[in-house]
Amino acid sequence: MDPSFWKHFRRSRGAFIGMIVVAFLVLVAVFADVIAPYAPDMQFRDALLLPPAWLEGGNWSFVLGTDPVGRDILSRLIYGARFSLFIGLIVIVLSLCGGVLLGLVAGFFRGGLEVVILRLMDIILAVPSLLLALVIVAILGPDLFNAMLAIAVVYLPHYARLTRASVIAQAKRDYVTASRISGARNLRLMFVTILPNCLSPLIVQATLGFSSAVLDAAALGFLGMGAQPPTPEWGTMLADAREFILRAWWVVTFPGLAILITVLSFNLMGDGLRDALDPKMKRA
Amino acid sequence: MIRFLLLRLAQIVPAFIGVSLIAFAFIRLVPGDPIEVLSGERGIDPERHAELMAKFGYDKPLHLQYFDYLYNLAQGDLGTSLVTRKPVLSEFASLFPATLELSIAAMLFALVLGLPAGIIAALRRGKPTDHILMGSALTGYSMPIFWWGLLLIILFSGILQWTPVSGRIAVIHYVTPVTGFLLVDSLIAGDIDAFQSALRHLVLPAITLGTIPLAVLARQTRSAMLEVLGEEYIRAARAKGLHPWRIVLLHALRNALIPVLTTIGLQVGVLLAGAILTESIFSWPGIGKWLVHSIFSRDYPSVQGGLLLIALCIMAVNLLVDILYGMADPRIRHARE
Repeated sequence: MDPSFWKHFRRSRGAFIGMIVVAFLVLVAVFADVIAPYAPDMQFRDALLLPPAWLEGGNWSFVLGTDPVGRDILSRLIYGARFSLFIGLIVIVLSLCGGVLLGLVAGFFRGGLEVVILRLMDIILAVPSLLLALVIVAILGPDLFNAMLAIAVVYLPHYARLTRASVIAQAKRDYVTASRISGARNLRLMFVTILPNCLSPLIVQATLGFSSAVLDAAALGFLGMGAQPPTPEWGTMLADAREFILRAWWVVTFPGLAILITVLSFNLMGDGLRDALDPKMKRA
Repeated sequence: MIRFLLLRLAQIVPAFIGVSLIAFAFIRLVPGDPIEVLSGERGIDPERHAELMAKFGYDKPLHLQYFDYLYNLAQGDLGTSLVTRKPVLSEFASLFPATLELSIAAMLFALVLGLPAGIIAALRRGKPTDHILMGSALTGYSMPIFWWGLLLIILFSGILQWTPVSGRIAVIHYVTPVTGFLLVDSLIAGDIDAFQSALRHLVLPAITLGTIPLAVLARQTRSAMLEVLGEEYIRAARAKGLHPWRIVLLHALRNALIPVLTTIGLQVGVLLAGAILTESIFSWPGIGKWLVHSIFSRDYPSVQGGLLLIALCIMAVNLLVDILYGMADPRIRHARE
């Protein structure tokens, strides 16, 4: 990787803050068992809809208050970080692998195969992502894994098109020709010679895609088509709490804030990565 | 220009076939065959099942079924809703104006705030104003709009009591539908109270739906302006001693608007996806809410039809944007011919 990468990345304060928040979220997710005061599904029947601790009627044993069935909101948010990061990770791995494979094949072999792949991707892009994800979930049945699969399909075209474009640009370079003349086979050319040189835009897209995946999964959860209650997934928590919005603002506010902070920090990081990795965008 | 138009139309055909295939496949991919889906929970006896399969043509080979489906499509027959027993197309047509009114209001909100924000940020590049504006834009871009809508409800409907929580107009008003846009129809009817009610219902959903396009537009306008402001002809205009505002608004903005126009086109898909969430939050009687409801009530013909019609809308808008783009910038038109 370009040695000036860190210098450029660190120069952007936003990207650095984003990275720190992401690191913090990862720690929270990994050590949820240790950090969370209670289990996410533990109910306190004598503490229903308790407001946050600093408000009147609040209780410091439930810092962010409790939900309508008396579960500690902070604990649920902490466990929820696991779900959101896990969802983002699985979606990115699935759509990145699929997209890279399709893009590599399309860009390397060109011809009819390329046209078929591109047209398929166009079709996916012609339907709004959330609607397509909803329809896929309607076919597969609403649960968390199907939601992840649906979102992965929806994001395939981005990676496929990006990979194809960089593969086409790289395939004409001399080093590829040199490698071919020295007897490298297609598979080696594709995965060992060309692919590593196409990674920069993919890394940026994956970081930004992570935030979209978290957002879409939460939206599906909110619509009741993603993770199912009582899973402490943030979008599902919001949907659960909807009817209480005018009575207890905290049950709605905190899960959404958690989603916003996660998505925002990944976007900040992605923007910084793009500036650092893309020579055209570098500040002179 | 006509060549360009035909070329673009021809490029749409594969995408249309693809989307129609998805819509066609959808109802056959959901668990259970279409007749089982139609008969619902009650079940159906095997004899009647076979009879209906034959009646609707589900016993034919798949490719023939697909041609039947296309044939019906060409006649405007998208099937019948299982819930209301009305044709899907007329259901869609009756709900679409509500979504369109909401989307237009959201886009106006995004444009009115997004363009100036982008221009100002570009002019104040690197200064605190730029950082604040772009920071807000990134926050808006990262916003889970289903939560944003709820927050707005808590603040404006709950605490301040300025706006109603849900719906499109207070039930006491009846407005004769002419255009389907309540704001327009109430004015035609001369009913100011109804107009105010419709407006108050529209504000929060429009802000909710317009937030992400607003953020995208502000970012896009800023980068387009930055690019244009570095051009030679801007320096020439400056050297001529033209008024700075004239340079920014006339010389620079006009050219910066071309990429912005594409962004607006791309936002239509975002708006329609956002409408699904926004309409669900505010009980806005449009196609987004209808689609979610159809999925939940397993009204698959409605989902199938809605999917196709929405994809068609998006393709139509993209085509329109491409044409506008070609008119705004002759280089593009000629490059593609």
